[in-house]
Amino acid sequence: MNADQRRRVAVLGLTAPAYLWLVLTIFLPLSAMLYFSFLTEAPFGGRQPVATLAHYRSILTKDLYLDLTWRSLRMGMDVTIACILLGYPAALALARHVKGRWREAMFLLIVLPFWSNALVRTFSWTMTLRGDGLVDRAIHWVVPGMPSLDILFSYPAVVVGLVHAYLPYMILTCYVSLQAIDESLIEAARVLGAPGRTVFRRIVLPLSLPGLLAGTVLIFVPVIGSFMEPRILGGVAGSAMLGTVIEEQFTRIFNWPFGAALSFTLLAIVLLILGLAAPFLRRTLRTA
Amino acid sequence: MVVVVVVVGAYFYLQPGKPTELHILNWQGYGTDEAWAVQIFEEKSGVKVIHDNFNSEQEMLTKLRTSPGVYDVVLINSAFTEQAVAEGVLQPIDSTKIANFADLSAELRDSTRFNIDGKLYGVAWVWGVTSFAYNTEALTAAPASIQVLWDPAYVGRIGWRDDAVESVQLAAIATGQDMNNPADIEAVRQKLHALKGQIKTFWSSEDEWNKFMGAKDFDVATYWSGSAARSKKAFSLPVDFVVPEEGAIGWFDGLSIAKDAPNAEAAHQFIDFMVSPEFYVRWDTDVGAPASSNGKANAQLPEDAMNRAVLGDPAVVARLQWMAPMSDEQRAQYQELWDETKAYFAQ
Repeated sequence: MNADQRRRVAVLGLTAPAYLWLVLTIFLPLSAMLYFSFLTEAPFGGRQPVATLAHYRSILTKDLYLDLTWRSLRMGMDVTIACILLGYPAALALARHVKGRWREAMFLLIVLPFWSNALVRTFSWTMTLRGDGLVDRAIHWVVPGMPSLDILFSYPAVVVGLVHAYLPYMILTCYVSLQAIDESLIEAARVLGAPGRTVFRRIVLPLSLPGLLAGTVLIFVPVIGSFMEPRILGGVAGSAMLGTVIEEQFTRIFNWPFGAALSFTLLAIVLLILGLAAPFLRRTLRTA
Repeated sequence: MVVVVVVVGAYFYLQPGKPTELHILNWQGYGTDEAWAVQIFEEKSGVKVIHDNFNSEQEMLTKLRTSPGVYDVVLINSAFTEQAVAEGVLQPIDSTKIANFADLSAELRDSTRFNIDGKLYGVAWVWGVTSFAYNTEALTAAPASIQVLWDPAYVGRIGWRDDAVESVQLAAIATGQDMNNPADIEAVRQKLHALKGQIKTFWSSEDEWNKFMGAKDFDVATYWSGSAARSKKAFSLPVDFVVPEEGAIGWFDGLSIAKDAPNAEAAHQFIDFMVSPEFYVRWDTDVGAPASSNGKANAQLPEDAMNRAVLGDPAVVARLQWMAPMSDEQRAQYQELWDETKAYFAQ
């Protein structure tokens, strides 16, 4: 065995467990679901399903599912934009201005939401956002005359809950690319007389774009399929989303095939968006 | 020597014909598994009671299909009994072995949901009503009509369960239709859309309902009769349950015997115990239960017990529409109608 062959065996040995795991846990269940989505009913309990395209036809032709898709995409965009607006400056401050133990402490605070149970986190928001809840009381303590703030069971409440859950992704991915920027580039720009604004626009922002885009994808994709936050925080006004409707198909009426068809439609939309954005992303990353 | 005695003893003790266990399939915490009741029955019959639970009707049917000869007694909602019989997972019940059978309400006992092809496949056990309850501090008089849920006086003060079938059925009753087969589904849709702005938020569990009511989020909210009794008694909430003049959703559960039940003899005994006043009165008084199908049991409840005071009135029972079996297509259609309504609420 020469060195080349030995390396190939080593690579195979190291990666095979991971690939086997992925095949078993992701590929097989997903294929089963894709198969179900073309059946009239789930093949359990001796039922005899037949092949059909009715689920996909129904999804593509009915206004309801178009409306739900649009609402979910808008939720994805709103949450992602909020995460960028809050997360990028925080990552910038952490990477460039905070040093030493303070940085460690702040990282801990950012990662904390990851360590708490998602359900507990979401329910704690119901206590915070309700009228006469924690936020409302705090505001009235400072400004007694303010009208009552009660945003629980509304679309904004859903966005608040989701931003809290996904903000760490944005901060971490942006931080990684921001702190990798070579300090001497910025110094060079300064020496040549560039003001802070120009340094940010011409050097910092383009070089941190990969992190920003990674964060965007990591947040946007799961948010458009989310169902727990809309269900608990959205109430009447904010719970109608594609994710909640998919959940209902599985847990309420046991219409697995239709739920599967909705899930794969959502997956197709995500792939389509990423596909359309790919050339643009590649160009941006290359120039960066 | 000891081993031989034990083995031979065990052989005679465990031989067929003398089963010593009774396997019951039911929702968790739904009467049959009350510790005191199990103890009374075990002492009476000398048979050990073993429980298994399900979380949905589908799961219950799957367990019966995949484990024949395991379960003895199974709780089945009357709307599902017919399907279970058609799938061949139940065996007929001998009503002569149920001593309390004659005391059961004829309307439930002799229902065609239980009596299929001249045979009895379920013994009517308990029943209840789905309609609404109101906060007695917010409303001075009991509303008589279901239209109170649509009353502009309670804009943003209504609690509603996020459930497609229940929503469609309540809207069908409010539009004066047969809730099991609404002829004018468009009227149902419009009635549901008219709830826009009325609903404060959706509730999904009894616990949640109590929290919302306790926090004064609701003035009027859809609810279940048995839960309303518990909210009033156990949680001291100022609520009263209403069966409106237009009618309400009625449901009833039966106890059935699984096909090839290993201990059919004890299964009959257990069902008889479950429908007896002895069991029911203590269940409702100590824990809180749906209404009993046994008239004598209801009559022994305290006078202010809701199951006696409200549901004990034959005029109230006459107003109910009983839940009928549903096809998968109907379920899917209702779900889509309700999802569409919720999307309209959110606009």
